[in-house]
Amino acid sequence: MTPTYYLLLSALLFSLGAVGVLVRRNAIVVFMCIELMLNAVNLSLVTFARINGGLDGQVMAFFVMVVAAAEVVVGLTIIMAIFKTRRSASVDDSNLLKY
Amino acid sequence: MTDLLAQAQRLTAPEIDYLAVAPILVVLGAACLSVLVEAFLPKAQRWSTQVVLTLLTLAAAGASLIAYANDALPQGKVTLAGTVAVDKPVIFLWATLLVLGFGSVLLIADRSVEPGGAFVAEASVLPGTKQDRAQANRFGMQTEVFPLTLFALGGMMVFVAANDLLTMFIALEVLSLPLYLMCGLARRRRLLSQEAAVKYFLLGAFASAFFLYGVALLYGYAGSVKLADIAAATSGTDRSDTLLYAGFGLLVVGLLFKASVGPFHAWTPDVYQGSPTPVTAFMAACTKVAAFGGILRVLFVAFERSSWEWNGVLWAVAIASMVIGAVLGLTQTDVKRMIAYSSVAHAGFLLVGSISLSQEGLSGTMFYLMAYGFTTIAAFGVVSLVRNADGEATHLSQWAGLAKRSPVTAAVFTFLLLALAGIPLTSGFIGKFVVFAAALESGMAPLVVVALVASAVAAFFYLRVIVLMYFSEPAADGPTVSVPGAMTTIAITMGAAITLVLGVWPSFALDWAGAGGFIF
Repeated sequence: MTPTYYLLLSALLFSLGAVGVLVRRNAIVVFMCIELMLNAVNLSLVTFARINGGLDGQVMAFFVMVVAAAEVVVGLTIIMAIFKTRRSASVDDSNLLKY
Repeated sequence: MTDLLAQAQRLTAPEIDYLAVAPILVVLGAACLSVLVEAFLPKAQRWSTQVVLTLLTLAAAGASLIAYANDALPQGKVTLAGTVAVDKPVIFLWATLLVLGFGSVLLIADRSVEPGGAFVAEASVLPGTKQDRAQANRFGMQTEVFPLTLFALGGMMVFVAANDLLTMFIALEVLSLPLYLMCGLARRRRLLSQEAAVKYFLLGAFASAFFLYGVALLYGYAGSVKLADIAAATSGTDRSDTLLYAGFGLLVVGLLFKASVGPFHAWTPDVYQGSPTPVTAFMAACTKVAAFGGILRVLFVAFERSSWEWNGVLWAVAIASMVIGAVLGLTQTDVKRMIAYSSVAHAGFLLVGSISLSQEGLSGTMFYLMAYGFTTIAAFGVVSLVRNADGEATHLSQWAGLAKRSPVTAAVFTFLLLALAGIPLTSGFIGKFVVFAAALESGMAPLVVVALVASAVAAFFYLRVIVLMYFSEPAADGPTVSVPGAMTTIAITMGAAITLVLGVWPSFALDWAGAGGFIF
């Protein structure tokens, strides 16, 4: 089984995440799409570690997981705060700042 | 598998040069201490303890940096298993960050301009409720901003010194996550503030995912994320160029986003306008220094040899940034948004210096960063003084005739705007001069022409504010200018004085910025 397939899968997942960020309206779903992008990167890192025959990529994947967890904490706090105020998590409703 | 195990067993603990990394350790250590202060001290004592702790921390970090700078090898050191390089440019950028951070903390801590400070007393209170109106008038603030500031500053310091892309990514997150939270903590106009936080967070996380994918592809390309190894790999020819180009592109998108350059600036005006003004000052000054410090290191160390491949793209980005900043700045009616677009234009000028890839370009860009940082901090300090009953009066029409009500404030703001426009005898002029001279020497004459035109266009909207302040009649129900307390006065005076000194006597800072190049 050639590792290239995993790289393609990772690129596909990353693109799906990126498209999701651009088209979805709910802040939580947008945020989940960003997490999908981070995990797609993890798959790439582990695959490249396999191709290069080192441990670096796998170690990096752990770092990315920790960062993603920290990002969830901060992100959900911010989204919760604005949801409690507006009773909506739609990113289209936050439109006071423009031009 | 046994191969990997053998590799793991060979691991040895890296050498750490504690003196070199002491400023980072002091700042991040004090940030942890500051979290404990939040947890264990009664509310009444927190503000004073946090302010003293934060300011002492920055002074201590500065002292340890001076000790290292006097003691260090002529070119600096690489430490922590090659992940952190403390060389001459890093010493310059750290010193700039610490002093700018000091000014920002003074603005953040001030409780005299807005009674109780610019920060919400209880972030959990819902905006628009009875409790919210009560908290707006309560004396006291959410003192968590101090540890958050220290964490962000620590992340920025690691970011400019990071010698491999993984360290750079972690530092990017350590500097960004506290900033997302700080944006949402304004005492007044809390809906705007929360909206700014959501926008900054979602777009920032999106951009850091791009950065990370770039890191992964470059890891696949070079087999390592160390900048020096990537540089070595680009001189060989047997590797996949697709991985290099895609990796570089994605990495740079993430970096340019943080530096609010050109087409990646969409968050900047909204976040600058919505955030509490002291946080805007901190973001505008320190984040810009950190982001361009990172961009300079990545371009100079890792991608110098492949520069002919990507030069054209960054030319286009720099032009886009200068044009967008200058043209959209013309249409703004809000002071904070106007300075935000001006920062986009300045980011374009800084990018011109960064892509010249010469020693002059490096020292010129760093000098520009220092000059821009101090001018911006002082400018936002002045913006926080002009107030009406609802808080800050940031609409430009409310600034009409300000010079008649408050000549000193108007004079200081005029001076700062002239510095942003790049008029001689201010630091802005010297900064533009050294950056454009370096770009010309590297054969980027067309880019310099665009930059000069953009500066001229941008000068128009700065001058418009000056004309408005001096030659219009003040409105009857116009804003008043608060008399600043000691902290804001010190921060504004420091910013304006350094802007003047760097404009009149720049040789000291220029020599310092040109003291040496990156090591890796």
